[in-house]
Amino acid sequence: MDVFKEGTTKREFLKGGNVMKKKSLALFVCFVMIAAMFTGCAPKAPAASGEQAAAAPEVIKVGAVFPMTGDVATFGESSKNAVSIAVEEANAKGVLGKKIEVIFEDDSNTPANSANAIQKLISNDKVVAVIGSVSSKCSIAMGPIATQNKVPMISSTSTNPKVTTDGGEYVFRACFIDPFQGTVIAKFATETLKAKTAAVLYDVSNDYSKGLGDYFKAGFEKQGGQVLAMESYNGGDQDFNAQLTKIKPMNPEIILLADYYNTVGLIAKQARALGITATFVGGDGWDSADLYKVGGDAIDGGYFSNHYSADDTSPLVVDFRKNYEAKFGKTPDALAALAYDAAKILFAAIEKAGSTDGAKIKDAMKATDLEVVSGKVTFDQDRNPIKGAVMIKVVKDKYEFAAKVNP
Amino acid sequence: MSLIQQLINGLAQGSVYALIAVGYTMVYGIIRLINFAHADIYMMGAFIGYFAVTVFHVPFLPALLLAMIGCAILGMTIEKIAYKPLRKSPRIVLLITAMAMSLILEHGMATVVVGPNPRPFPELFKINIIHLGPVQINNVQIINLSVAIILVLILQYIVYKTKTGKAMRATSYDMEAAQLMGININNIVSITFAIGSSLAGAAGVLVGMMYPRIDPYMGMMPGLKAFIAAVLGGIGVLPGAMFGGILIGLCETFTKAYLSTKLSDAIVFSLLIIILIFKPAGLLGKPTREKV
Repeated sequence: MDVFKEGTTKREFLKGGNVMKKKSLALFVCFVMIAAMFTGCAPKAPAASGEQAAAAPEVIKVGAVFPMTGDVATFGESSKNAVSIAVEEANAKGVLGKKIEVIFEDDSNTPANSANAIQKLISNDKVVAVIGSVSSKCSIAMGPIATQNKVPMISSTSTNPKVTTDGGEYVFRACFIDPFQGTVIAKFATETLKAKTAAVLYDVSNDYSKGLGDYFKAGFEKQGGQVLAMESYNGGDQDFNAQLTKIKPMNPEIILLADYYNTVGLIAKQARALGITATFVGGDGWDSADLYKVGGDAIDGGYFSNHYSADDTSPLVVDFRKNYEAKFGKTPDALAALAYDAAKILFAAIEKAGSTDGAKIKDAMKATDLEVVSGKVTFDQDRNPIKGAVMIKVVKDKYEFAAKVNP
Repeated sequence: MSLIQQLINGLAQGSVYALIAVGYTMVYGIIRLINFAHADIYMMGAFIGYFAVTVFHVPFLPALLLAMIGCAILGMTIEKIAYKPLRKSPRIVLLITAMAMSLILEHGMATVVVGPNPRPFPELFKINIIHLGPVQINNVQIINLSVAIILVLILQYIVYKTKTGKAMRATSYDMEAAQLMGININNIVSITFAIGSSLAGAAGVLVGMMYPRIDPYMGMMPGLKAFIAAVLGGIGVLPGAMFGGILIGLCETFTKAYLSTKLSDAIVFSLLIIILIFKPAGLLGKPTREKV
């Protein structure tokens, strides 16, 4: 038996050589066929678009990088929706007599992905400008690449100052920056909430969170308040009991939760479970319908600073809200408003530049003076818009306008 | 005062690591495999609990049981499909297969089943705070701790007092000899996977209640820490895994509270290195000789 078996294996082994040869031949044929397919197609593609160009006006390609998945997925969704509305409006009239085509990329809120996405948009898709991303840490990773390639980039909602200072002269943004946001929250906490003591909880691995915490502390102390604790945690942490237990005996009147809605909800819940009764305040990272889903009653009665309020009655806001609701069936959040603004600012700059040349668009963008949904935008020397902020109160799953704070 | 409070926080955290670590250690004890997919079974447990509550509207206990049963079946299936055909292969092959299983579960969930976005775990109990003098504990923490303790006691009973447990212990000492004594190795391995996985499933539901945000990648960090807990306590030794889990939980909470949040993970991992330098077999592990 064994000998026979060995024989067969030997025979099979010998045959195996043939099979291998046959296989490699087949592989080679496949490869040649695939190569032929590509070479066959390649010359065709430009020809096809050339024909199109003759019939229809040429397109202007714009890239957009947003977190469509991951821990801040609702941000990406709102932003994408808003950009597509802005594109529709722009295409109704045409920009430079051409149509805008947006290529969306997902960075899942990870800086490495954002850098890859913008690299791909610039080198493969040859976009003339990029909108995005949402988080500061992602936009910080993208900025230098945009400037190196002389492709203008406008972030919709990245509020950390480093986004434009580290990013270079081709990087703009449509939102106010954290020093301003931190000061606004501090001002509101001391003047309206009459708070004298505060504690801060922030994510050490997130530029947005850390920046907001620092600027709030500076602002709050300048207003005569006292920051009792600056507690930190790591990105992705789920348990905050250790930090909250430390804060509890200090009994601060307010606690700044400088993070995005998912984490804010978790922290708020654990804080209330420990018996902490302080009022929670935060920044624009709270702005999501999911805030209440995770945080529940714990987050009820909190306040956060934001870029715009959907209840504003200026015609631009009313129009935008109407369009957005008609198309997507929900009220646009600030992420949507700013992404819309970013797209508007960019398209206006392209029109004004009269060209799709990166340097010219950048210069036109610098001189922006435009009324958009989140207010009137002009840029300072660091390419940050100068405009006001609003404070919003969380009432169950609804947001109520609380106050308007000007710079 | 705040020290005792932190102790409670650490225990709550540690009990979760302990439940996951037990699964690592049981599987390692029997087939010498570090089952990297174990952390993802914990994640699946959280999701089974989530769907049981949101879709079928069942209360806590049935949700917990469903998650445990679901994970037990999943664990056994993974063993039958992925590990059993490789039982005679070198250990590195099994290890790589385990990593592949882990990736399949994570990305399968993230791309096909539930999507990569975090979901809010439904509130099963209204949180009530109970004051015990200066210290306070809430009902969810009490429920979690007691469920963890009960499960560990049941496990102890199964392993040390039943015939199956005896067979499991025999198999872990010497698989071939156990087989010669008439123990059905395949069944024992299946049962081991089922028990380990059901504990991970229970941990998933408990964590979902404590930190109501679940996503397909939630298993990564707790899985890693539970693995460290298992190694720390002496991998393959049951009480070691529980002890290691509690120790890691306490250590993490205390470094966060009194030393540094930034370094808490680094300190936990360094603790492992230091202990392994002095006690290479882990705290409760016995030094093993290489079998010839």
